[in-house]
Amino acid sequence: MKKQKSNMLRGMMIGAGFVAVAAFLFTGCPSQQGMLDTRDAAEKVYVAPGEHDEYYAFLSGGYSGQLSVWGLPSSRFLKVIPVFSQDPETGYGYSEETKPLFQTSYGFIPWDDSHHPHISQTDGDADGRWIFINANNTPRIARIDLDTFETKEIIEVPNTGGNHASSFVTSNSEYVIGATRFSIPYEKDLDVPIDSYADNFNGALSFLSIDQETGRMNLDFQIIVPPYNYDLGRAGKGISSDWVFFTTYNTELAHTLLEVNASQNDKDFVAAVNWRKAAEFVAEGHGRTMDAEYYHNYYEGNQGFAVSHVKNEVTVLYPEDVEEFMYFLPTPKSPHGVDIDPTGEYIVAGGKLATVIPVHSFSRMLEAIENRDFEGDSNGIPIINYEATIAGEVEDPGLGPLHTEFDGDGYAYTSVYISSEIVKWSLDTFEVVDRIDSYYSIGHLMITGGDTKNPDKRYLVGLTKTAKDRYLPTGPKQNHPAQLYDISGDRMQLLYDFPTIGEPHYAQAIAANKITERVKQIYEMEENDHPHAVRRVGDARVERDGDVVRVYMASIRSHFRPDNIEGIRVGDTVYFHLTNLEQEWDVVHGIGIKGANNAEILVAPGQTKTLKWEPTRTGIYPFYCTAFCSALHQEMQGYVRVSAADSDVELVWRTGN
Amino acid sequence: MRITTIIVAILSLFLFISCGNDNESQQNRSQGETQNGLTEFELEHGIGPVTERVELGVIDPEKVDKGRSIYEMKCEACHNMEGRMVGPALGDVMERRSAEFVMNFILNPSGMTREHPVGKELLREYMTPMPFQNVTEPEARAIVEFLRDHSNN
Ligand code: HEC
Ligand SMILES: [Cu+2]
Repeated sequence: MKKQKSNMLRGMMIGAGFVAVAAFLFTGCPSQQGMLDTRDAAEKVYVAPGEHDEYYAFLSGGYSGQLSVWGLPSSRFLKVIPVFSQDPETGYGYSEETKPLFQTSYGFIPWDDSHHPHISQTDGDADGRWIFINANNTPRIARIDLDTFETKEIIEVPNTGGNHASSFVTSNSEYVIGATRFSIPYEKDLDVPIDSYADNFNGALSFLSIDQETGRMNLDFQIIVPPYNYDLGRAGKGISSDWVFFTTYNTELAHTLLEVNASQNDKDFVAAVNWRKAAEFVAEGHGRTMDAEYYHNYYEGNQGFAVSHVKNEVTVLYPEDVEEFMYFLPTPKSPHGVDIDPTGEYIVAGGKLATVIPVHSFSRMLEAIENRDFEGDSNGIPIINYEATIAGEVEDPGLGPLHTEFDGDGYAYTSVYISSEIVKWSLDTFEVVDRIDSYYSIGHLMITGGDTKNPDKRYLVGLTKTAKDRYLPTGPKQNHPAQLYDISGDRMQLLYDFPTIGEPHYAQAIAANKITERVKQIYEMEENDHPHAVRRVGDARVERDGDVVRVYMASIRSHFRPDNIEGIRVGDTVYFHLTNLEQEWDVVHGIGIKGANNAEILVAPGQTKTLKWEPTRTGIYPFYCTAFCSALHQEMQGYVRVSAADSDVELVWRTGN
Repeated sequence: MRITTIIVAILSLFLFISCGNDNESQQNRSQGETQNGLTEFELEHGIGPVTERVELGVIDPEKVDKGRSIYEMKCEACHNMEGRMVGPALGDVMERRSAEFVMNFILNPSGMTREHPVGKELLREYMTPMPFQNVTEPEARAIVEFLRDHSNN
């Protein structure tokens, strides 16, 4: 035993010695070493301990339903912001305060599939106030405040199946958009044969206005469109900032085996919508009112409960009711992404099945409209001649181009799924100038500061679909990777490769200082407007009202108040309203109760959160602080005594005596 | 095996020796700190944003009320007026300490417990660092008024 130990010790010393020697040989004395001379990839992603990254990157969680936050270029993981899925780690979706965020017209939904985060904009630039993200499955849009990195609002989007072309904002965050990927009957709960698709089904494009003070969304109107699949969207920029664009596929109107049946036409459409005109028509009363049922959930005050409001009507605009405000641009073939360059002139479509990348010109589109250069119409919506709007076709883009971002320096970068690569091409010549592999099968890509008027030609992140052999193997199902590329030079250079959380679809990165300026360190106790907060320590108490018991509890390093409670009975519903009285950054307390069919609840400094508990057995129930908050954290505990349903044990509570 | 150990040990030693020269300056610095380098004012009235004597005057009942409500929200969880709790009893603190000392303790508790001899001693005794409770200077002044009032009664 002893021998073994000393062997191990010696082994460790040799190991440590080797590391020290190796480090010394390569780098010199720790105090004298500068940065490595070689301009290699490691140096470019190295951010020293304690130093901060230059960019925040927000990666959608895909089927995790969440949004993860990373630092670039180090690719350090910073946090997961829970959005559409319950998160037992923080109690999000388990606490009484956050449960209302999950309400929909289909009831409480614990999960969704989140795809496209988009940061609010001012004058075409990301401003770091809010970030929006869509739920694809049960169509919703969420707003996350970037001063707290918490989800503050979720609104359901009615008359929509698969809210995929979402949640992109216009240049001054006037609107955040949504659309139906799966067309459905546009009448609430309409029960019709599926093969009556062509007659009964409709598409809908959604426009949610944003209150500039609070960020709160409001479903201003929907546009009724032919029953295609509306796949992705983007708002215009600069000269095209009054417009939004959506890709469509399935102009064949298939409702089964779309893989084959929706791949028949050589061209589908990009839909160009003048949202400003549409909004004016609606404001002038040209919309119709329709029955709908959808939930709007948000925090009313500062920190208290989220509330749910049910809405029963939506304003819809039929293109045939008003003058022209939208057009179809024929586009090869089953296009996926539609991306607008920083000047707003080029509309780039990623034709999944196309052999070229078609690039439409916005100004030529306006001319064609002026000249009535149409080849027909669909449901009264003019179809513009392909030749009239097309500015160029990028040849040899690889197999399966999907999404494009821009560097603001005249180049576009398109992700290509089947041939698993990124191609860089010139917006001047429409020629491919560089290409680089992705590992493996890239979906979206993003550029720092991207999808704005002023992208930063610094880094590109490729979000790929399979890891295969890239990291230590972790079983048949592995996490999805991302690759960081340096795009500051003429050629793309792979810097780093890291596994992510969930399945990132789109992502956005913003200069860190646009957010660090506004990040809060605490919730101020003075502003705690929660109806069950303990605002004075002396208010900590327990109250019974019939079978409902409310524990008004406070926590501070390192105790709960009260921490001994008796007089609870089997059959009671007990609410622990826990206020964290700390006012220091990052000092979090939590609570977990033995046997509670619930998650723990974590409470940020100055916040109040509620854990609901329905004890089913008599006995003594310990509870404790789940966050390591202080040296005496292990002492931060308490007991609840639960007596029989018919017992007459008096309701009492104590701390410290 | 043994030879490798020796070689590695020698090489590591070389490394430590050759890089050892700036240890000295570090030692000097930390020695300066332990001699606490505090000014007369700081020793008596604490380290923090309050660097001048505060005019006290007659007790202002409005300030007392304001101080009480802040105290009940942000301090009472850890302090009793009489008897030790998480922190020391505060009923007689105005007799033990100056107003400036109390204000600096409220406004800069981590500085006080790390750099001031009295604060260091208190932390050793209570073993929980007093947190900054997001209190402004005028609010700390109001708390002082509340504590003064308490001592008077
Ligand atoms: C989390 C518990 C906690 C809270 C909350 C707290 N204190 Fe303290 N306080 C302490 C502890 C513990 C000490 C002893 C020093 C140490 O350990 O940091 C202390 C020390 C002090 C002292 C120095 C006492 C002396 O004898 O010199 C004063 C004054 C004081 N606190 C005032 C306040 C005021 C006013 C508030 C509210 C704004 C407050 N404290 C909030 C725990 C707390
Ligand atoms: Cu704790």
